[in-house]
Amino acid sequence: MTSELDIFVGNTTLIDEDVYRLWLDGYSVSDAVALRVRSGILEQTGATAAVLQSDTMDHYRTFHMLERLLHAPPKLLHQLIFQIPPSRQALLIERYYAFDEAFVREVLGKKLSKGTKKDLDDISTKTGITLKSCRRQFDNFKRVFKVVEEMRGSLVDNIQQHFLLSDRLARDYAAIVFFANNRFETGKKKLQYLSFGDFAFCAELMIQNWTLGAVGEAPTDPDSQVDDMDMDLDKEFLQDLKELKVLVADKDLLDLHKSLVCTALRGKLGVFSEMEANFKNLSRGLVNVAAKLTHNKDVRDLFVDLVEKFVEPCRSDHWPLNDVRLFLNQYSASVHSLDGFRHQGLWDRYMGTLRGCLLRLYHD
Amino acid sequence: MPGKLKVKIVAGRHLPVMDRASDLTDAFVEVKFGNTTFKTDVYLKSLNPQWNSEWFKFEVDDEDLQDEPLQITVLDHDTYSANDAIGKVYIDIDPLLYSEAATVISGWFPIYDTIHGIRGEINVVVKVDLFNDLNRFRQSSCGVKFFCTTSIPKCYRAVIIHGFVEELVVNEDPEYQWIDRIRTPRASNEARQRLISLMSGELQRKIGLKVLEMRGNAVVGYLQCFDLEGESGLVVRAIGTACTLDKLSSPAAFLPACNSPSKDMKESPLVHPPSHGCRSTHNSPIHTATGSRLTQNFSVSVPTLIYTGMGSGSAGKEGGPFKALLRQQTQSALEQRGGSPHRFCRRREFPFFTLTAFPPGFLVHVGGVVSARSVKLLDRIHNPDEPETRDAWWAEIRQEIKSHAKALGCHAVVGYSESTSICEEVCILSACGTAAVLNPRFLQDGTMEGCLEQRLEENLPTGCGFCHIPYDELNMPFPAHLTYCYSCRKQKVPDVLFTTIDLPTDATVIGKGCLIQARLCRLKKKAQAEANATAISNLLPFMEYEMHTQLMNKLKLKGMNALFGLRIQITVGENMLMGLASATGVYLAALPTPGGIQIAGKTPNDGSYEQHISHMQKKINDTIAKNKELYEINPPEISEEIIGSPIPEPRQRSRLLRSQSESSDEVTELDLSHGKKDAFVLEIDDTDAMEDVHSLLTDVPPPSGFYSCNTEIMPGINNWTSEIQMFTSVRVIRLSSLNLTNQALNKNFNDLCENLLKSLYFKLRSMIPCCLCHVNFTVSLPEDELIQVTVTAVAITFDKNQALQTTKTHAEKSLQRASTDNEELLQFPLELCSDSLPSHPFPPAKEHLESASSNSGIPAAQRATSVDYSSFADRCSSWIELIKLKAQTIRRGSIKTTVTVEKASPMGEGNFRNRSAPPCANSTVGVVKMTPLSFIPGAKITKYLGIINMFFIRETTSLREEGGVSGFLHAFIAEVFAMVRAHVAALGGNAVVSYIMKQCVFMENPNKNQAQCLINVSGDAVVFVRESDLEVVPTQQPSANCQPSCTEGEVTT
Repeated sequence: MTSELDIFVGNTTLIDEDVYRLWLDGYSVSDAVALRVRSGILEQTGATAAVLQSDTMDHYRTFHMLERLLHAPPKLLHQLIFQIPPSRQALLIERYYAFDEAFVREVLGKKLSKGTKKDLDDISTKTGITLKSCRRQFDNFKRVFKVVEEMRGSLVDNIQQHFLLSDRLARDYAAIVFFANNRFETGKKKLQYLSFGDFAFCAELMIQNWTLGAVGEAPTDPDSQVDDMDMDLDKEFLQDLKELKVLVADKDLLDLHKSLVCTALRGKLGVFSEMEANFKNLSRGLVNVAAKLTHNKDVRDLFVDLVEKFVEPCRSDHWPLNDVRLFLNQYSASVHSLDGFRHQGLWDRYMGTLRGCLLRLYHD
Repeated sequence: MPGKLKVKIVAGRHLPVMDRASDLTDAFVEVKFGNTTFKTDVYLKSLNPQWNSEWFKFEVDDEDLQDEPLQITVLDHDTYSANDAIGKVYIDIDPLLYSEAATVISGWFPIYDTIHGIRGEINVVVKVDLFNDLNRFRQSSCGVKFFCTTSIPKCYRAVIIHGFVEELVVNEDPEYQWIDRIRTPRASNEARQRLISLMSGELQRKIGLKVLEMRGNAVVGYLQCFDLEGESGLVVRAIGTACTLDKLSSPAAFLPACNSPSKDMKESPLVHPPSHGCRSTHNSPIHTATGSRLTQNFSVSVPTLIYTGMGSGSAGKEGGPFKALLRQQTQSALEQRGGSPHRFCRRREFPFFTLTAFPPGFLVHVGGVVSARSVKLLDRIHNPDEPETRDAWWAEIRQEIKSHAKALGCHAVVGYSESTSICEEVCILSACGTAAVLNPRFLQDGTMEGCLEQRLEENLPTGCGFCHIPYDELNMPFPAHLTYCYSCRKQKVPDVLFTTIDLPTDATVIGKGCLIQARLCRLKKKAQAEANATAISNLLPFMEYEMHTQLMNKLKLKGMNALFGLRIQITVGENMLMGLASATGVYLAALPTPGGIQIAGKTPNDGSYEQHISHMQKKINDTIAKNKELYEINPPEISEEIIGSPIPEPRQRSRLLRSQSESSDEVTELDLSHGKKDAFVLEIDDTDAMEDVHSLLTDVPPPSGFYSCNTEIMPGINNWTSEIQMFTSVRVIRLSSLNLTNQALNKNFNDLCENLLKSLYFKLRSMIPCCLCHVNFTVSLPEDELIQVTVTAVAITFDKNQALQTTKTHAEKSLQRASTDNEELLQFPLELCSDSLPSHPFPPAKEHLESASSNSGIPAAQRATSVDYSSFADRCSSWIELIKLKAQTIRRGSIKTTVTVEKASPMGEGNFRNRSAPPCANSTVGVVKMTPLSFIPGAKITKYLGIINMFFIRETTSLREEGGVSGFLHAFIAEVFAMVRAHVAALGGNAVVSYIMKQCVFMENPNKNQAQCLINVSGDAVVFVRESDLEVVPTQQPSANCQPSCTEGEVTT
C-alpha cells in the first residue's frame, strides 16, 4: 500500500510556524521530519512518523505554492487563492525575508549578480547554512535590490511599501541594498569582528547624511536623474570633501586643532597622553579618508580605512569607549573654533556621520 | 420581455503575461449571455487593465435567466493570429432573481482556465431588472428560493412543508462526442462546464416549477448530483423538500411555527372535520409491486436491509394508542395532498423529506433506517428530452423505500438522500432515509384540527417521543428487543436506534457522541455486462449485512445505543466493492443501556485457546469501560435492576453477532429489566472473525481534546467559539496487486481511513479543544488498484470549562426530565380514558411485574374501560418517589427556566464568549467562512443570498511540473475554495453554510504526465453577524429550539 496522493486543504490556510522555519532553513522533507521527530512532537501528540511525514509534505507543498506570492508580498495580500489572516500573512512575509547574520556578513557589500551565486556553495559550506536557504536569502537581497534600485524617494519607505516588511527589517534591507550598491568591502579579515548590525547602523547614518536624498536636493528635472536619491552617495559632497584636506595639510591648523582638543580634554581622558601623542596620526587618517572618497575604489574601502586608521590605533592603546566618544566629540567640535577653516558645514556633514560610525565600529 | 440583465466590466488585475516580448498583455473581455455577445475595448500593455466599460444590456426571458450562466471570457488581443484566451468566469444569475436575496453581484472574480487554473482576477458588476410577469403558464420559476441547508433556514419560519420534489435532466457528455477528437482539451472542458451549468439551471427551474405547483415558495435540502455515465451520457438530478417559508422580519419574531398551531390553522381556508382520525389505514395510493422490472435494461434489485436495532424479539401490545391515530393522520395528510383537487397539484407519490433537522414537534416517531439499492446497466440515452429510463429507475427505488417505511409502520421518510456509483457500464443506485411518523400539521395547512391535535402535543413527551416505536409490536417488521422508554416509561422503545437524521434538538443525550465507521471491501471478479451486474448484486446484501454488524459492534464497544446521520456508501470498482458507513453514535437517555460483547471460542476444551479468548474478552470489556469514561456516559440509575456486570452470561451462540430472535412470549412484558439485555456473542471460529475482533479493537479513539461526529453538532458540547476551520483532505492509495485478499484489502482500507483521521487530528491540534463536525467521507475507485478517500469536515473550537459545566447540567436535566415526565403519567391515563381509547397499563418497575403480566391477559378493549385509575396513579406515584430519591437535589419549580437556558441553540451559547477576530486591517480581501454546517458558531445568519452550485474541470499536461498529483489537486482544491469565496463575496456575503463537495473525480495518467479532475461543490451564500456585534442580544435567546421544552414545562406546572 503506497500513498499516491495525500493532501489537506483548509479554507483558512494552515501555517505551522515550526515547519515554516524548517522549510525556510532549506531542509528537505525527510530532514525536516527527522528534526521534528527529534523535537519530541510524536510523544507530545501521540502521532506516528507517517502522520508527521504527510503533514510535513503538505506544509511544504503549501509553502512552495505560497513562495511565488512571497516574491511580491502585496500579491499575497490581494490574492484570492489562500485565505490567510493578516497577522499570519505578516508572519509569512517577515520570516521569508528574514536572513541569517552569518550569511549576510558573507555577501554584504558584494555585487548581487549571478557571479556571486556560484559562491553560494562556498558560503553554504562555510556557514553551515543549507544551500537552499542561502539561495533564498540571496535571491531576496537581489529581488529587493532590483525593485528599489530605480525608485525615487526614501529607500526604507520603498522597501516597506513593496515588500511589506517591518520597520526593522526594512531598515536592514536598506542597509544591504546600500552596501551592495556602493560595494563597501566588509569581508577583509580585519573587519571580521564587525557584525551586520554595526554595518547597518553605519549605512543608516550614511543614507541619512551622505546621499542625495539626505539634503533634499531632488533634481528639478526628473528625467535627468541619474543617481538614486538614497542609494548613491552625493557625488558633489564627496568632491567637496577634498577641501577638508587643509585640516591636516596646513600645519598651523593641525597644531591649533590639536591644542584646542588637548586643552578641552586635559584631565578628562584616561588615555590623554596616548591621545596627545597620536592626535596627528588620527586626524590625518580621518581627513585622508574623507579626501580619498572621490575614488570609487576608496569608497569601497571606507570601512577598512576607518578600522586601520582609527579603530586599530586606539584599540592598541586600550582607549575606553567613553574616551573615544569624548575625543571624537571634541575633535569635531573644535573645528568650529578654527578661524581659518571655511568648510564648517561640510565638516559637520562628514564628521557627524563618521563620529557615529566610528563609535559603533569601536569594539572588540 | 421579462428581464434585463446588465453587466459592467470594471477592471482586471494580476493578469498573466501573454506577450513574452513586452512581458505584458493586451487584454479585452467578451461578455456572453445566451447567444448575445458584447466586447470591451482592448486595454493595451497592462497586467492590470482598467476597462470601465459601459453597461452591456441583455434583454432576455426569465426562463433563460434561470438556465443560462453569464459567461465572461478574458482574451489577449493579437493582431496577427487568433486571440488567446486567458480564462473565463461563469456567473450564476439566479441569486438576483428573487427579491430577498442579493440585488447586485459585484466584485473580483478569479479568471479560471481549465488548463492553467486561476490566472488573475476581473472586477465585474451584474444587475437584473425583472419585470413582473403574471402569466401563469410560464416556464420559469423565478422567485422560488433554494437552500442546500437540510433544515429550515435560520431566519425563516416553515408555514407548510409540502414534501418531496425531484427532477432529472440528461444529455450527451461533450467529452464523448465525436467532435472531441478534433478539439482541444480546453474546448472540451469548457463545453462540459458550460453544459453542466446550463443543465443545473434548467433542473433548478424545473424543480422550481414543481414547487410553485405545490404552492410552495422554497426548496430546502436541495441536493443536486451529476452522474457521469461516460459513453451513455450525463445525468444531472436533484431532490429537495418543497416548503412554504415565511421570513422572520426581526429577531424578536423568532418564534417557531409550533408555538401557535391553532393560529396557523385558522388562517387556512380549508377546514376539515376532525373525523380523519377514524379513517382506515388501507387507502394507500400506491400498491405497485416492487418486482416490476424494465425490460429494455438489465437490472437487478437488491434485497434491502432495514437498519434498526436487532436483538431478541419481544411481543406485546403497543403502548400508546396515539400512534395508530397519528399514522392515519400523517398518511391522510400526505394522501390528501396527492389526491387534492387542485389543478396544478401532482400526485404526491413519495412522502420523502430531504431534511435532517426539523421544526420542533414535526418529528413524532422514528422507525429506523430504510435503504434500497439497485444495480443497473447503463445504455445510451437516446432522447435527452425523454429521460424516462432514469426516471423509472429512481421511481422504482423510491417505491421500495416507501414500502420499507410502511413496513416499519411509518408513512414518511426523513433524512432522505440518493446516490449513485458508476464503474464503466454498471451503475448502483442507492437511496437511504429514516422511516418516521410526522406531525401532520406541518404537512398541510388546516387539515388537522381540534382536540386530538392539541392533546398529542401535550402528551407526547418531547425529549423521548421520537424514540418510541411507530410500528405495531405484534407485527414487528424485524426482530427487535423492546423495552419501555427510559425517559417517560410509557411507550416502547427499541434497544438500538439507527437514523440518517441529525439528533433532534430536544433529545436527551447522556455524555458525548463520537464518529463511528464501518468499513468493508469485497473482491469481485472482473466481468462484463450482465454477469458483472449479477455478481455485484449478489455481493451487496452481504456487504450491507456486514457493515450493519460492524456498526452495531462498534456502537456497543462505545457503550452507546443510537446512531444519527448514518450514511452508507457503496462504491463499485473494476474488481472490488467498497462499503463505508459513517454515523455519529450517542447514548440516548430514552433507550436502554446497551449490552456488552461476548466472545466465544469454537473449541472450548483447548486450554490455551480459552485463555486467549478470555484475554480478548477482557480487552473488550476494558475498552467498553474506557469508552464510557471517555465519552462521559454515566446514565442515571433509574431503577435498581441495572446489573453490575456489563456482560451477562452468554445465552446462546450464533455466528455473526446477531442473537436469534426469541419467538416465545416469555420475555414479553417481563423483559423490562435491562439486566437480560442482549449480549452480543462473537464466536471466533475462523481467522476472519479473529480479524473482525481485532479490527474492533484497533480503532483508536481521537486524542484527548478532540471529538468527532458526522452530524451538525456534537451532543454534549454546546459552547462553541467562533473559531472554525473547514477543510478537504484527499488520499489515494495504490494497492499492491499481488495476492489481494479480502482481509488484506480490508486492512488497507481500514488503515487508510484511520491514518487519514489521525492526520486530521494532528494537523488541527492547535485548535484543541475542538470537535470535527459533519465529517463526510467519500470513497471512490478511480482505477483498478487505486482507492480514493475524500473527507470534508469542519473543526470547531469549544470552551472546555463551559463544556464541563454544561455536561453536568445536562445530566441534571435528564434527571429532571425523568421526574417531570413521570409526573405527566398522572394526567395521561385520565385523558386516555376520557377518550375511550384502548389503553395499556404498563408496569414501570419490577415490583409490578406480576400485576402487569396479569393485565396483559385481558383483551385490550376490555381493559381500556376497566382501568383502575387510582391503582395506576398509585403505581406511578411510587415510581416518582423512587426517582425523587435518586434526584434529590432537583427543585421542580426551576424546571422551566433551566430548560430554556440550556436548550438555546449553540449559536445562542456563543454569547458567552465574544471572541471576535481582529478585523483584517490592511488586506483588501474580505474573509469568507465556509462550513458544511447550517450555522456559524457565535454568529447569527441575517440573510440568505442564494445557492452556490459550481462545477469545475481542471486538466494538466505537465503533471510533474505542477508538483505531481498532490501538487495538482492541492492547487485545484485551493482554487475551487477561492472561486466559491469570490462568488459569495461578490453577492455581498461573508460565509457559505451547508457547503458540500459533492464530487471530486480525479483521473491521472502519470506516463503521459497528464491528470484531470472534476469538482462539484454547493452551499448557501449567507450574510452573518457576529453575536458580539449584535446589540439586541437578549431578544434572540428564546430560539426555536427551546420551544418544545417550554411547552412541556407548561404542561407540568
